[in-house]
Amino acid sequence: MMTVDCQRGGNLVSEKKFPVGMRILAVDDDPICLKVLENLLRKCQYEVTTTNQAITALEMLRENRNKYDLVISDVNMPDMDGFKLLELVGLEMDLPVIMLSSHGDKEFVYKGVTHGAVDYLLKPVRMEELKNIWQHVIRRKKWYPKEQNRSPNQDKVDDGAGEGEQGVTSTGSADQNGKLNRKRKDQDEEDEEEGEDGNDNEVSGNQKKPRVVWSVDLHQKFVSAVNQMGLDKAVPKKILDLMNVDGLTRENVASHLQKFRLYLKRLSCGGHQQGNMVSAYGAKDSSYLRMNSTDGFGDFRSMHGPGIQLSSTSLSSYPPGTLLGRLNSPGGLTLRGIASSGLLQPGLLPTNQGKNLFQGISLEPKQLQMKSINHIGEFNHKGDTAGFTLARCFPDVKVTIGSLSNTISSATSSALILQANPLQNHSKGSLVTQSLSMPSLNQESFDVGIHGSSNFLDHSRCDDNWQGAAQLSAFPSFRHDPLPSSTLRDNISSTTSRIVNSPIDFSSTASLRGPLEDSRVDMQGQTDFIGNIFQNTTNYISKNRWEENSQNYNPGLNGSFGAMNSLVSGNGSSGALNQSMDQRKRFGASMIGQSNSGALSMFQHPDVENFALDPKMRSNEDVILEQTKSQNDFVQNSYESLDDIMNAMIKQGQNDASLMGGEFRFGSFSPGSCM
Amino acid sequence: MERNQLRRQVALTRQSLFDQGFLDDQFIQLEDLQDDANPNFVEEVVTLYYRDSARLINNIEKALSVYNFLSFPSLLDFLVQQHFYIGAKKVKAECTLFREYCRAGNGEGCTRTFQQIKKEYATLKGKLEAYFQVLFHLMLPLSSLISQ
Repeated sequence: MMTVDCQRGGNLVSEKKFPVGMRILAVDDDPICLKVLENLLRKCQYEVTTTNQAITALEMLRENRNKYDLVISDVNMPDMDGFKLLELVGLEMDLPVIMLSSHGDKEFVYKGVTHGAVDYLLKPVRMEELKNIWQHVIRRKKWYPKEQNRSPNQDKVDDGAGEGEQGVTSTGSADQNGKLNRKRKDQDEEDEEEGEDGNDNEVSGNQKKPRVVWSVDLHQKFVSAVNQMGLDKAVPKKILDLMNVDGLTRENVASHLQKFRLYLKRLSCGGHQQGNMVSAYGAKDSSYLRMNSTDGFGDFRSMHGPGIQLSSTSLSSYPPGTLLGRLNSPGGLTLRGIASSGLLQPGLLPTNQGKNLFQGISLEPKQLQMKSINHIGEFNHKGDTAGFTLARCFPDVKVTIGSLSNTISSATSSALILQANPLQNHSKGSLVTQSLSMPSLNQESFDVGIHGSSNFLDHSRCDDNWQGAAQLSAFPSFRHDPLPSSTLRDNISSTTSRIVNSPIDFSSTASLRGPLEDSRVDMQGQTDFIGNIFQNTTNYISKNRWEENSQNYNPGLNGSFGAMNSLVSGNGSSGALNQSMDQRKRFGASMIGQSNSGALSMFQHPDVENFALDPKMRSNEDVILEQTKSQNDFVQNSYESLDDIMNAMIKQGQNDASLMGGEFRFGSFSPGSCM
Repeated sequence: MERNQLRRQVALTRQSLFDQGFLDDQFIQLEDLQDDANPNFVEEVVTLYYRDSARLINNIEKALSVYNFLSFPSLLDFLVQQHFYIGAKKVKAECTLFREYCRAGNGEGCTRTFQQIKKEYATLKGKLEAYFQVLFHLMLPLSSLISQ
């Protein structure tokens, strides 16, 4: 027996007795198989609930996801494709799913795995095989302490680990350089997730590294160092040298720089209302902000995963303006920059979106049409199918970067402004949203937010390159609340994976979101950074958003969306997200991890708390949001490191959301749509 | 005495089922699953099996009659699956063969094997029923046997 912390839905499986009593939901339309399976499982001392219909199973799960620890399902069922169910469950509920089939064909197994199955068993199932299935539950719980109790610290610390298997892992990897690993289907590799930043420090999956707290002083040093060489030319190594601080690693600086850039970008793009930095910096960087759409997007396109169709379809379902409206309304900063309308367009996502999304980010004062993003929540569950399109969801994420500007007070010369780094398309195939490509930023910078996105899009495909978003370059005054970036990241990473299917454009958007609270952008572990930024914005976002969003988000969206929603909503626009957020809880966590890398950064709500909830979720949501946004409006992919964002958010506590400016609006994700 | 005899009879019947190749190890697994909590598990499963198999066989027959080979694969999968669970060895073998013929598009082979399936299935069913009858008697409370 192991002691496992099974806190699913409150049903804390007795730690000492586990796996005895593990609650399983078995789904199979063949009565004989179902009966035999039920008995086999009972013999293993599990608690079994059965149903012969996939739809019923989904309902049961949706009703209370916490009632079960594991799902076993046949792939061949009349009312719904087993793979789809698998995807949905993974995304929405973030539960481990084991596939059953009478075929052992490689294609089937492959399909099962790519759709998120933690295991694939052949019928007739034998007792020996079932005896060990509890390992999947443990693995997931341990590594992805998602949602439920993700404490901010925890998130921070285990960026990678948290997000739960579902997809989370990838975000970590979303390093700025686009190494999103996303797809974790079933991974334990949380480590990757965190990677967003390119820096290995922060986020890398279970962040074991101690987080660097970017104090005001430290940040000042950083800023002056950057100023000395010019934002464009700022490279972590040099900055590190100039700063001359003991114990600071290049990675720390790199990720911070990324966030900073994103932040600046956000400021400049988003028309923040608050006197963003952008003005200070003079959005000069339209070029920067331009989220290298191409870069990042490259991946998006590829992202089209089957399930997630970020594509327009999903977006279209949402009233484009909805979220945006929301985003804009709140004081948050709507990333106008991101508005490159391309992004926001609801249908924008992926494939072409890439460009669009990022465009928004460019500093151009385009209205960030976050509208697309808004719908993350709205994605309404189009049905299971659509819902998942993370892509959809993401666009909704509207990130409002309003408050960023404030924080960026110290924004060093405009040069620093978010440089839209060419998103480092790290994500190979995934959303490259890496958002804000801050030109000068190294590749690493972005990934924070965007990493997450990548995940979304493709479960497996998306690279976590979200990066784009993450770059919060402009963090001038971040409070440095250490965002639970880790969590975010995790989430984002995870989410990204999940969401990956659809090209998460929004990743890019997210990043572009520019000055979003740095935290968001730089989710990568730069919590502190984010802290500041988020503070303002995150406030609202994190808390509320998450919650709300969780609910809203589409089931399809793996938890991440939820997270995103929260994040995004921070600005009060959570509306969209909220819807989707429901599910996001679970989802968010996972999703967020994946996709959120970027997204989270965006969220930087001071209120990171919300995020803390599901670190994963947040990330996911972020990611999702980001992603969705990308479609519509580039969600601020600044999530570079979800973690960062998360951290920031969490740290911030409920600062005024103003900081956050970037409001991520996660559109209502429609769970279904993702699929 | 009668009881012992009954037991022996049950054992023999059961053994013959295995020996004659009607059942395989999977059936034993089913039996293993039976316990106090599920005293009639095997029988329940077998009953389900009759029901479903009959239905499936009917469907296949219909499909065959209209040469609707396309629907076969899924139907067959079901059928085979069930037999797997039961451990119906011979029927399973025929089903597998049938599936191959279908895949190959061999209409003649399909029809032929299908007839075999039906035959084997009927035989198995008969045998299982007989077995359960005896088993049932064994399960009867002693008192009821006393009347004998």
